[in-house]
Amino acid sequence: MRPGADGFPRAAAVALADPQLRRNLRRATRTIRGNREAAVAEITDWEGLRDQAAWIKHELLSSLDTHLERLEASVTAAGGRVHWARDGDEACALVGDLMHSRGAREAIKMKSLTTDEIGLDHALELRGITAWETDLAEMIVQLAHDRPSHIVVPAIHMSRGEIRDLFARSFGLPGLTDDPVELTAAARQVMRERFLRAKVGITGANFAVAESGTIVLVESEGNGRMCNTLPPTLISIMGIEKVLPRLVDLTVMLRLLPRSAVGARMSSYVTLFTGVHEGDGPSEFHLILLDNGRTRALADPVGREALRCIRCGACLNACPVYEHVGGHAYQAPYPGPIGSIISPQLAGMHEHPTLPFASSLCGACAEVCPVRIDIPKLLVHLRERVVTETDAESVTERVAMRMLLRTLSDRRRYQAGQRALRLARRPLRSQLARTLPGPLAAWSSVRELPEIPQQTFREWWAARASGGTQ
Amino acid sequence: MRAALFITCLGDTLFPEVGVATVRILERLGVEVDFPLEQTCCGQMHFSSGYGRDLLPLVRRFAAAFTDAPAIVTPSGSCAAMVVAHYPRLARRFGDERLAAEVEAIAARVYELSQFLTDALGVEDVGAHFPHRVTYHASCHATRMIHVGGAPLRLLRAVRGIEVVELPDAATCCGFGGTFSVNNAAMSSAMLTDKISHILATQSEVVTAPDRSCLMHIDGGLRRLNAGVRVMHLAEILAADGDAP
Repeated sequence: MRPGADGFPRAAAVALADPQLRRNLRRATRTIRGNREAAVAEITDWEGLRDQAAWIKHELLSSLDTHLERLEASVTAAGGRVHWARDGDEACALVGDLMHSRGAREAIKMKSLTTDEIGLDHALELRGITAWETDLAEMIVQLAHDRPSHIVVPAIHMSRGEIRDLFARSFGLPGLTDDPVELTAAARQVMRERFLRAKVGITGANFAVAESGTIVLVESEGNGRMCNTLPPTLISIMGIEKVLPRLVDLTVMLRLLPRSAVGARMSSYVTLFTGVHEGDGPSEFHLILLDNGRTRALADPVGREALRCIRCGACLNACPVYEHVGGHAYQAPYPGPIGSIISPQLAGMHEHPTLPFASSLCGACAEVCPVRIDIPKLLVHLRERVVTETDAESVTERVAMRMLLRTLSDRRRYQAGQRALRLARRPLRSQLARTLPGPLAAWSSVRELPEIPQQTFREWWAARASGGTQ
Repeated sequence: MRAALFITCLGDTLFPEVGVATVRILERLGVEVDFPLEQTCCGQMHFSSGYGRDLLPLVRRFAAAFTDAPAIVTPSGSCAAMVVAHYPRLARRFGDERLAAEVEAIAARVYELSQFLTDALGVEDVGAHFPHRVTYHASCHATRMIHVGGAPLRLLRAVRGIEVVELPDAATCCGFGGTFSVNNAAMSSAMLTDKISHILATQSEVVTAPDRSCLMHIDGGLRRLNAGVRVMHLAEILAADGDAP
């Protein structure tokens, strides 16, 4: 990865130049981090719970096909219909066709990362269908023609003042203040009408239980529940890795998810629904099971660990890199540490070759992951895949790394290298170093280079052994 | 007791004073120190940069250099973590089960310096005297990969004359991350800026850490700012005898 490469390094540099963004992110991630720590501290065996969750997902991923077929059977038996989508285009076309054949021109949508991943709103728009986002933050992002920048808190990059301005402009309410109650009331006014009008509701799914065909939705506002209960047609889209074998697995997952995501003991609205029931809720239910690169990720025995993710976003809040630049710099549907290991696997290594390098490997993410994804391990693994499978690493870099390795693999060459470096003592101390291209300049742009000492340690050791020095 | 010093390529080449200090501490505590001359580099930089599959020669070299050592001590949490956490898996990946078993046995005898002092030797007061105001940066790999925990701070607090000041967000990364510091230079320097502002807020004379690589990064920033705060590896403070360093 060359210094200042396109992709993440460049986008991050742009984001870093925005002090308001930094302030917004810092305040928000620190607050959520603190809340999470307090909520986690209440559970006596948090580590044991993480072990259980990791094991449930690990087992699941080793026989995913069986569980998916079981889910299909359960959902069908409960009166739902299951559709399989190989990629985002197929999934978007399915939703578009379902709506078209029902004459629906608009839908209300629950917050869903999977639909962000496949660009559903845009795909529907091209067919003349409007998908109204009903999660407050997603609605804000949609109004601003922006993109979500956090898994759980999509408008984390915006301040209250910025949201006030947006609402005042969009809703024609010049007198609006930045009081959260007033802001929410303004949004509610607009949303209520849509809820009552729409004939189709679209949701994602936090979990789907194979043995019962139950879909689980976790949210804090209750607008998702409007989407899955009011309109006569309900469409839920989920990545195939979201299935859980048993209902009892929720006793683990639902304790981990809200605490990890927002530091809550339980989310305000946790909805479990199974199929269709006459006179109660939607009269038809469609479940779209999306692959979109997931089986490719599953085929990588190391990389597949990323599919354990339950999208809590704790790793984003813990990450010092994310805290500085927010989600947009990742230029992918899933940002932050987890995004850096998921996005390239879903879209292909060629799509996001800089993301596995967008980390100092400090390990703060792995410490908080509720399903124990070893994110640094996967980052390193994917770096290796970038080097071996793509041409993102230049020939110069490859040659330099190989030459260095050759030097380090032999004691005499290593010692000769140390002597050669000493010859560079004076030039490296000069201003010249700052003007050199490549890594030296990247380092010296903000940091002094270390002084090269007169004597290496091994020379000191040898001299001492021969009585030359103490 | 005998122990072999795993100096690390960075320590050997750029920061010999850390190795010298480590030898002084160990010898002062009666440890017979050996320095296997065949050691070079653990390969962490290549590993972290996506060249793990080329590392077999370095793993073999390390194993050959240290296979007979009863204990292996290194003044680097990060290089200790490379050997402890990654070597056995790497060797297995190369299909060399014998090497894997060998490095697994070696890894169990690798100690980061503060761990060796507190766990293997059971010492907290190493007889140092350092009358200065010091703050401690909890390097990432020492903290999260080999879990040194409070060992470095316990050792520091036992130093005579020292004033240890808590560093805000001590365990947040300084932004070094090896090649990360150059291929994500803007990001890295933003993280460094935060770290330095926290260090300056403590009004310390010295910032210390269990890893000279983090300190190289922090020092690069401090010197660019002419901040007047010095970096010293933990070993240098523990070796100090009260004379002005």
